[in-house]
Amino acid sequence: MAIGSEEVKHVAGLAKLAFKDEELAKFTGQMDEIINMVQQLSEVDTTDVPVTTHVTDAINTLREDVAVKGTDRDLLMKNVPQSQDGYIKVPAIIDESEE
Amino acid sequence: MNFETTVGLEVHIEMQTNSKAYSPSPVQYGAEQNTNTNVIDWGYPGVLPEINKGALEFGMRAALALHCDITQDIGFDRKNYFYPDNPKAYQITQARTPIGTNGWLEIELEDGTKKKIGIREMHVEEDAGKNTHNPDGYSYVDLNRQGTPLIEIVAEPDISSADEAYAYLTKLRQVIQFTGISDVKMEEGSMRADVNVSIAPIGSDKLGVRTEMKNLNSFEHVRKGIQYEVKRQERLLMSGGEVEQETRRFDEPSGETILMRSKEEANDYRYFPEPDLPPIHISDDWIEEVRASIPEMPDKRRERYTQDWGIPAYDAGVLTQTKEMSDFYDATVAAGADPKLAANWLMGEVNAYLNSKQVELSDTALTPEHLATMIKLIEDETISSKIAKKVFKEIITNDTEPKAWVESKGMVQLSDPAKLQPIIDKVLDNNEQSIEDFKNGKDRAIGFLVGQIMKKTRGMANPKMVNKLLMASLKER
Amino acid sequence: MDYFKNDLASIHDDLVNKKYSVEELTKSTFDNIKKVDKEIEAFLKLDEERALEKARKIDERGVKADSILDGIGIGIKDNIVTKDLTTTAASKMLENFEPIYNATVMDKLNDAGMITVGKLNMDEFAMGSSTENSAFKITKNVWDTTKVPGGSSGGSAAAVASGQVLASLGSDTGGSIRQPAAFNGIVGVKPTYGRVSRYGLIAFASSLDQIGPLTRTVKDNALVLNAISGHDAHDFTSSSREVPDFTKGIEDGVKGMRIAVPKEYFGEGVDEDVANAVKDAVKTFESLGATVDEVSLPHSKYGVPVYYIIASSEASSNLQRYDGIRYGFRAKDVKNLEDVYVRSRSEGFGDEVKRRIMLGTFSLSAGSYDAFFKKAAQVRTLICQDFENVYKDYDLILAPTSPTTAYGIGEEINDPVTMYMNDILTIPVNLAGLPGMSLPAGFSNGLPIGLQLIAPRFAESTMYRAGYAFEQSTDFHKAIPTLGGQN
Repeated sequence: MAIGSEEVKHVAGLAKLAFKDEELAKFTGQMDEIINMVQQLSEVDTTDVPVTTHVTDAINTLREDVAVKGTDRDLLMKNVPQSQDGYIKVPAIIDESEE
Repeated sequence: MNFETTVGLEVHIEMQTNSKAYSPSPVQYGAEQNTNTNVIDWGYPGVLPEINKGALEFGMRAALALHCDITQDIGFDRKNYFYPDNPKAYQITQARTPIGTNGWLEIELEDGTKKKIGIREMHVEEDAGKNTHNPDGYSYVDLNRQGTPLIEIVAEPDISSADEAYAYLTKLRQVIQFTGISDVKMEEGSMRADVNVSIAPIGSDKLGVRTEMKNLNSFEHVRKGIQYEVKRQERLLMSGGEVEQETRRFDEPSGETILMRSKEEANDYRYFPEPDLPPIHISDDWIEEVRASIPEMPDKRRERYTQDWGIPAYDAGVLTQTKEMSDFYDATVAAGADPKLAANWLMGEVNAYLNSKQVELSDTALTPEHLATMIKLIEDETISSKIAKKVFKEIITNDTEPKAWVESKGMVQLSDPAKLQPIIDKVLDNNEQSIEDFKNGKDRAIGFLVGQIMKKTRGMANPKMVNKLLMASLKER
Repeated sequence: MDYFKNDLASIHDDLVNKKYSVEELTKSTFDNIKKVDKEIEAFLKLDEERALEKARKIDERGVKADSILDGIGIGIKDNIVTKDLTTTAASKMLENFEPIYNATVMDKLNDAGMITVGKLNMDEFAMGSSTENSAFKITKNVWDTTKVPGGSSGGSAAAVASGQVLASLGSDTGGSIRQPAAFNGIVGVKPTYGRVSRYGLIAFASSLDQIGPLTRTVKDNALVLNAISGHDAHDFTSSSREVPDFTKGIEDGVKGMRIAVPKEYFGEGVDEDVANAVKDAVKTFESLGATVDEVSLPHSKYGVPVYYIIASSEASSNLQRYDGIRYGFRAKDVKNLEDVYVRSRSEGFGDEVKRRIMLGTFSLSAGSYDAFFKKAAQVRTLICQDFENVYKDYDLILAPTSPTTAYGIGEEINDPVTMYMNDILTIPVNLAGLPGMSLPAGFSNGLPIGLQLIAPRFAESTMYRAGYAFEQSTDFHKAIPTLGGQN
């Protein structure tokens, strides 16, 4: 086993996902298979091989520091599930963990 | 057992660019909620970040002012976490390639000793929006601040007391303010500090377990928070306990720190290279260009004031406390004012005014040109120091040209001997007794006579000239 | 209007010569869609009223004689944001999402006078290779409606293959344009990374995604790519290179062209019919004057694991914004913030999306990063180098697009790893940011086989020239499916 259900639960927590018990078993099995598949990379010698994270030829692209007026607030609010007085409204957290 | 304290400080400063770090919407404090935002700030599906050249240059300015090496090949990274004020659920920061590394800041403690504090690294990143918790069980999100460029400054653990931390923050604020990238206002949240504190037995080569306090926005809270933490940790260790690695909150009313989150609940930010922003190379030329744009730093200015202009060290310190004041002072001298007189006015009347009204220089109508003109009017005796107070009141509240104003108000001193002499003669003619008294050695008589002359000129006579002419006239009688 | 018998140029001529009006063309397009799409289910949403209004406007001002695309309809994959036209990425998460801005490609198509017909079905958030992961409908393969159309741009391919539109836009992260093009017997192009702006493309994997056209012919494909290419100030990964006219020199042939065939692309899992079709294609190219050699891309076999780590990692981060706060689905009766997050995301995302988010989150998490994400990014470098080595001596790589022809609906959906291995021949192209094309190269049991052409970065013109030469000397693209029947 590359991954167990406890670790799957932990990862789900990071990703803000939750699985019902029967789903968890299925997901854990599939995750295990996928992780086994991707682990074949460990056989490749990558000593001193740099990473590739971008494949564009665009480098040094920068935007000049010129401000553009904000988008109309009502337009931005068009898709908001819940809003009030120009604020986006969301049920509060219970614990004050991050500010 | 005696302990030594190690303090780590991470300071976030909002940079006052025109537009945001990764979107062109305006950076502006105090605007109506969600009006300075666009689809990028909202993390709408399909949007991409657009890195602001100005934010990078401001970051470079700060890094150079803190004697950092500039990292010439930089990239950006995503720091992932969910929060309502973090619309993309990641912050674009520089985890692998901080724009500056290996710098330092020299602090001065109250007893005059100096100490160099190392700067480990500095990152350009973005601020989050604002989340307001209401008692109705909801949070209200305003994304105006979202994307405001930040510079994060991470100090080496060279700070070993609450007072040193205080001195470091004070000096850091001053230096940053002089770079012109931020007004560094704690009360508006444009400077915030994360503090970590650990203690270890003196001589120990291992650091103790540290606790962290996040987002402190007052220097005093930093000082008190550290003092409390040191005591708390000492008590723990002395009683055989152990310090837990945890995040604590400084509670102002009680002056204590309170547990917020233990290490087990710590976030896993899953940093990885931001694929939407390709790498950037900072050339030598670009670095030099930015270096040349950095305004003169306070230490240099102090040196110039004391050595070139003969200003006392203490005064030079006061004048360089803020860039605004120092710039104003330089401009006043450049406009022709005597450096010592200008210093006296700024430290005296101007500061008193600012303190009494609780305002900043920029909130007043005073300009360096007007102040310099007024000082010159005093110097060449066009106005008396008494009148100068009236002039000062006028020019600090209204945009009034002082020379024209004193002329139009008839406030110009009477210094012309041809005009003063007849008045003096007349006063002497009418006060024979006083002349007698003077000759009998009663100096008080002079005061009386001057008073009479001033009365006749409705206070406009130049006292020095009156004195000179009066003495000469008395000798002739 | 019969889109099987016409191409963009012939319709353009008819419009210019006023054989029919843009409005008539548009009307007949929608009439046909309403008939055909009942069975194919390629479209998620039609934009008929606005399309007709635009058609009338073009009629009023007159069709521009020098603009081939003017007045012609196009279908858009539903992960490209269209202002005021619901864009869902085939996810319950965005079921009612109304974009307030246009993707850059939409502005470019509008500038070219193209008319948006509607939004096309896909795998949710472009994750999948069968379009079965759509939250809304199952699109059918026009050659056999019991088969999948491929994916993730399954709707885009099926709409063109069934003659509903002449052109559509898809997106390709690991083969999502080329594989459905192959399964449907049409031409699909994934341009060089950076050639087309990604602004307004709902991100799956930012370092791999690219928008591209699906068409019936190679030349039509080049015409649409002409319209959507170019630098965009809103996409910092878009290239500022000048964009050539991709139709220029398209008829110049392949004489002297040096073509490489990687031996690894004919390995285990590649159907015999598919391998034979590609071998026949080699002969065709040789007969046209190209030289063809076998080469090696030794790290190809690692493409799938590298891709699934990198794409899933980027996706796990890109999809965090779907949190039920500013737009999109919010679960009912949520009591606190954690509920808003967890329930909205758990109820709003489908299983495949969740699997990728989980794999990505795992690959980036503390303790896994070096062995997974970093390792994959290093092997990606080796895959890029493989291609660079081949392109030192060759102009083009030729390979199958997919190991198999279209498989049955429901056949592989429950077996993620087998499903992932289907992308083995298309994925390396995305990892290296290269341009790739799939075009019809034969049939196996009545199902189309795709031939893949892979060019060096920004050498799309070479690819179009070779594709056109092959198309002109074969008849595969002329085959017309019998709608509703078995071929």
